[in-house]
Amino acid sequence: MMRFAVAVLTVVLTVAGFADAEEKRVRRVAVPVVKIEKGDACVAPTEEMRRDHMNRLLHQRDRTLRQGIRESRFSLKNCIDCHASRETGSVLGKDAFCSSCHAYAAVSMDCFECHTPLRQSRAAGAPR
Amino acid sequence: MSPDRRQFLGWGAAAAAGTVLAPVIRLIDLAQARSPQEAASALQRWGLLIDITKCADCDECVTACHEENGVTGHGRPETDAQWIRKVSLRDKRTGYAQTLPLMCQHCEHPPCVDVCPTGASFKRDDGIVLVDKHTCIGCRYCVMACPYGARSFIHETVSGQKSDVPRGKGTVESCTLCVHRVDRGETPACVEACNRDGGKAMVFGDLNDPSAEIHRRLRSEPSTQVRADLALNTGVRYQGL
Repeated sequence: MMRFAVAVLTVVLTVAGFADAEEKRVRRVAVPVVKIEKGDACVAPTEEMRRDHMNRLLHQRDRTLRQGIRESRFSLKNCIDCHASRETGSVLGKDAFCSSCHAYAAVSMDCFECHTPLRQSRAAGAPR
Repeated sequence: MSPDRRQFLGWGAAAAAGTVLAPVIRLIDLAQARSPQEAASALQRWGLLIDITKCADCDECVTACHEENGVTGHGRPETDAQWIRKVSLRDKRTGYAQTLPLMCQHCEHPPCVDVCPTGASFKRDDGIVLVDKHTCIGCRYCVMACPYGARSFIHETVSGQKSDVPRGKGTVESCTLCVHRVDRGETPACVEACNRDGGKAMVFGDLNDPSAEIHRRLRSEPSTQVRADLALNTGVRYQGL
């Protein structure tokens, strides 16, 4: 009985310790905000998108520009359409879909040097 | 094989293919414009025919182009981008004045593509000459190589781009023949504006399609290429020059 109580106590303390560490980490580093603004599901399973979105975009960009194949599934425009923030209409900025994750992972992206980060209707100046 | 002979054989082959394929293509045409999954095809060659005698003293085409493509300046004409410009010509002896729109001529043998060190400047299968800004390093060789002065360099940070027309500092750009509109089955913005508010001087179409107005007019009426001596076989042709 005594042994069981010790085991339970140990487990509880360990979990509490982890939670505490987690909380500290959260406070130290801004955790990415992955907020899906529109639609139920992405164009591919989440795991695949997390790991592979850059390759999908790279492949599609060459097909679109060089061959004129304009499929919307993996197009940057399609990404922005769903993932742009409701408030700002953009995927960039604090807590925005692209920039929060990229800031967390310290990976710079060049897409928006040329491409507009705004959702299409916003970019066209039309009220949403 | 000399270029002339090769060109002649090419025309023969194109004519033969046209005779066989034209009805089929026509049927597909009627059904729908090119689907988004379909690549641009070398069976087509997009071009413009501009009748200068009808070209009014306006700049509707320039305004429409820059509006469509989100081309904005900083009030510095030396460095601001120009995708299309109105050029004025005046005969010194007679004083006869003409005005014409000049933009990328979408050459069959584009010098800008020849000189590009990274392959960023390229010609799409359907004849539209574009810059791949993902690989453009901003060296501006193409700007110097183009005999029409059609290319511009973006000197300053850009914001407020159109979602169909990415533009960014440090890259070269020029008329895309409104490729995003052409892929949707529409005509370029300049042509639309000219036919709506201007002198109805511009016709857009497939130079290879015998049923297209542009093909018919080029076959039956005189037309010229700007700097035809360079033998670039431009996709933009002029009448009344």
